Amino acid sequence: MAHDHPTGLKRWLFTTNHKDIGTMYLVFAFTMALIGGSMSLVIRAELFQPGLQIVEPHFFNQMTTVHALVMIFGFIMPAFVGLANWQIPMMIGAPDMALPRMNNWSFWILPFAGTLLMLSLFMPGGGPAGGWTIYPPLSVQGGIGMDFTILTIHLLGISSILGSINIISTILNMRAPGMTLMKMPMFVWSWLITAFLLIASIPVLAGAVTMLLTDRHFGTHFFNAAGGGDPVLFQHVFWFFGHPEVYILVLPAFGVFSQIIPTFARKPLFGYASMVFATATIAFLSFIVWAHHMYTVGMPMAGELFFMYSTMLIAVPTGVKVFNWLSTMWRGSMTFETPMLWAIGGVFTFTIGGLSGLMLSITPADFQYHDTYFVVAHFHYVIIGGSAFALFGAIFYWLPKWTGHMYNEGLGKLHFWLTMIGFNLTFFPQHFLGLAGMPRRIPDYSLQFSGFNEWSTIGAFLTIGAQFIFFYVAFKTIKGGEKATKEVWEGAEGLEWTVASPAPYHTFETAPNVK
Amino acid sequence: MSAKGSYYLPEPSAWPIVTSAGMFLLALGLILTINSVAPGSWIMLAGFAVIVYMMIRWFGQVITESEAGSYNDQVDMSFRLGMGWFIGSEVMFFAAFFGALFYIRQFSVPWLGSGLESELLWKGFESTWPTAGPQGPVALPPNSHHVGENQFSPMGAMGIPFINTMILLSSGVTVTWAHWGLKKDNRAQLITGLFLTVALGITFLSLQAYEYVHAYTELGLTLQAGVYGATFFMLTGFHGLHVTMGTIMLIVILGRSIKGHFSAEHHFGFEGVAWYWHFVDVVWLGLFIFVYWL
Repeated sequence: MAHDHPTGLKRWLFTTNHKDIGTMYLVFAFTMALIGGSMSLVIRAELFQPGLQIVEPHFFNQMTTVHALVMIFGFIMPAFVGLANWQIPMMIGAPDMALPRMNNWSFWILPFAGTLLMLSLFMPGGGPAGGWTIYPPLSVQGGIGMDFTILTIHLLGISSILGSINIISTILNMRAPGMTLMKMPMFVWSWLITAFLLIASIPVLAGAVTMLLTDRHFGTHFFNAAGGGDPVLFQHVFWFFGHPEVYILVLPAFGVFSQIIPTFARKPLFGYASMVFATATIAFLSFIVWAHHMYTVGMPMAGELFFMYSTMLIAVPTGVKVFNWLSTMWRGSMTFETPMLWAIGGVFTFTIGGLSGLMLSITPADFQYHDTYFVVAHFHYVIIGGSAFALFGAIFYWLPKWTGHMYNEGLGKLHFWLTMIGFNLTFFPQHFLGLAGMPRRIPDYSLQFSGFNEWSTIGAFLTIGAQFIFFYVAFKTIKGGEKATKEVWEGAEGLEWTVASPAPYHTFETAPNVK
Repeated sequence: MSAKGSYYLPEPSAWPIVTSAGMFLLALGLILTINSVAPGSWIMLAGFAVIVYMMIRWFGQVITESEAGSYNDQVDMSFRLGMGWFIGSEVMFFAAFFGALFYIRQFSVPWLGSGLESELLWKGFESTWPTAGPQGPVALPPNSHHVGENQFSPMGAMGIPFINTMILLSSGVTVTWAHWGLKKDNRAQLITGLFLTVALGITFLSLQAYEYVHAYTELGLTLQAGVYGATFFMLTGFHGLHVTMGTIMLIVILGRSIKGHFSAEHHFGFEGVAWYWHFVDVVWLGLFIFVYWL
């Protein structure tokens, strides 16, 4: 670099560099994943056998609640923002993000917000325990821990909005000459649309939790029928955010699949334009389906029907994407390096989650499935099977570009297979548990559910245990290893593969020309 | 910097992490304060002080860089996109509260007064608007003079709210007039226009404060007065907060205009504030129609 940069700790604290900030996002995300993962082990250990063995029910409830908040807001979202930071400037031929100082700000809010959430667990009365959806009246009645949660959500929301503004400005304003919108890599497209979803939905969540805060402390009656309000109002406002949120979690993953699969199938992505339009369609539909989370709350029949049909519609653009990935692989010269395993595995598990989602979208069926382990299985198949698998794939795919070293392929594959087996062992039986009627968020269960729960717990420990292989492989790759070439992968296309590995600090100081 | 190529890249900065720490203190302080834990308000004050200090320094740095001509057209466009999408997110924040108002008026209040809910839970409750709900104070006609115990009177649309509408609409005109002055290098018109806009903003806020005092002391209309009070004060309150922010922003660019900042070609600082001001203007129109009038 032409000018000086602080070294040591100050480099990280004060940085305006997209790669440094991307790295911090990823380190933060995986730290939170460890915390959230250990909470899931508390849950699974308690559920290993019926009866109450290990933790108090109230603590169990805090674990299910905080596990979800940590994994959604602390792990998956920041991890994908980390990927966006690393990759978007490199993929569009820019030197950095459009607003580098704000970029650092949006990151540094996160550790403070995470601290606030963790503090809640040590407050009198404990942390939030009413589920991550923090429905009133429970969330109005809870102790000070709920206030910590509300303010955590405010801070995380500000961080997400700032990050999204930055990503949109970068993509719209920093593309190299010749990089037209319809030439952008799919990962960039999916983040452009995701950032739009974030800007449109996160402020609504902020509004919802603000009303919760005033109901708790300032005597408003938004969610209290005695004053003319309605607890169901919170559910509507929350899910108006909450449903776009699930696409915020998964659209960047779709982008990752669309980068990895063509590389290892050695064929261009099938149906690029339809991929773009399918993603945009999913984003639009995500704003008009929210009440499918609330079928059993007592809505008018017209509402139930509208939300059922609009939800089913999402299967169409999602199906387009899945078939495009399959068509990309069709007759390709495929190899199965670790990133490709994650991509294929991810498409497979995500599709299972998508199909169970289709089952849940049917109102009369949902009356049976609602609040059972079937729902838990469903969203873990999309969030782990879709988002987290894509994250691992992306990290193995781009790590050689970031560090200049190849990772250990054998250990990478071992990590994949152990996670794949452990994950399916954990969550596949939960479909059967849910169909048989086991309710979610309860620390105890009826005897007939024991067998599946034991398998599920064994799977959970296997899955989390396998992650230490990942940390080991990633750490070793950062430290050293076989030198990576510029291209890294034989079939890789895109600007990031035209620069050295590791990529220079500010990748494109003069714009490349895109043909 | 600019020698390195066509892109502008800012130096590393301490402000982002300082800001985040300030936000943390503000949030923690707020939590402790509303739960009556002793040092809460001091922590909150400290967080607020950090944020104000940061704003002066960080914005100051950006202004210095801007006046030094460090920013090229691409940076200018990034700022425009950033401000535009930020205002977009603000629109969605207000949408949450407008949505809540819509839901309460169209669904939850009518449902409370009909069918099984009314029969089993709230016998005798009649669904009308405004209301403070089955157990809240009874609603009188707007701007009633004699409000007794357990009664409240909603805010009428005519009078102060109508005057405030006129004030905000004319402030939109004056800020645009100031912009025209800036574009044709007429500094006097710029400064006069901005001064008038600030004055109108402060007048609006003063009238709003008077209205709040009137509501609390004479109309029995408080934040606790059921859903009417909640939606009324939350919507107008958040709007008032945004007008306050907008007025501070206007005062800053008024000061900068007096110091000779901005040129006819480059004045995103001015435009960003003007956009924001038009945004609070539009939100007010929504408030006037749906909160005060209909």
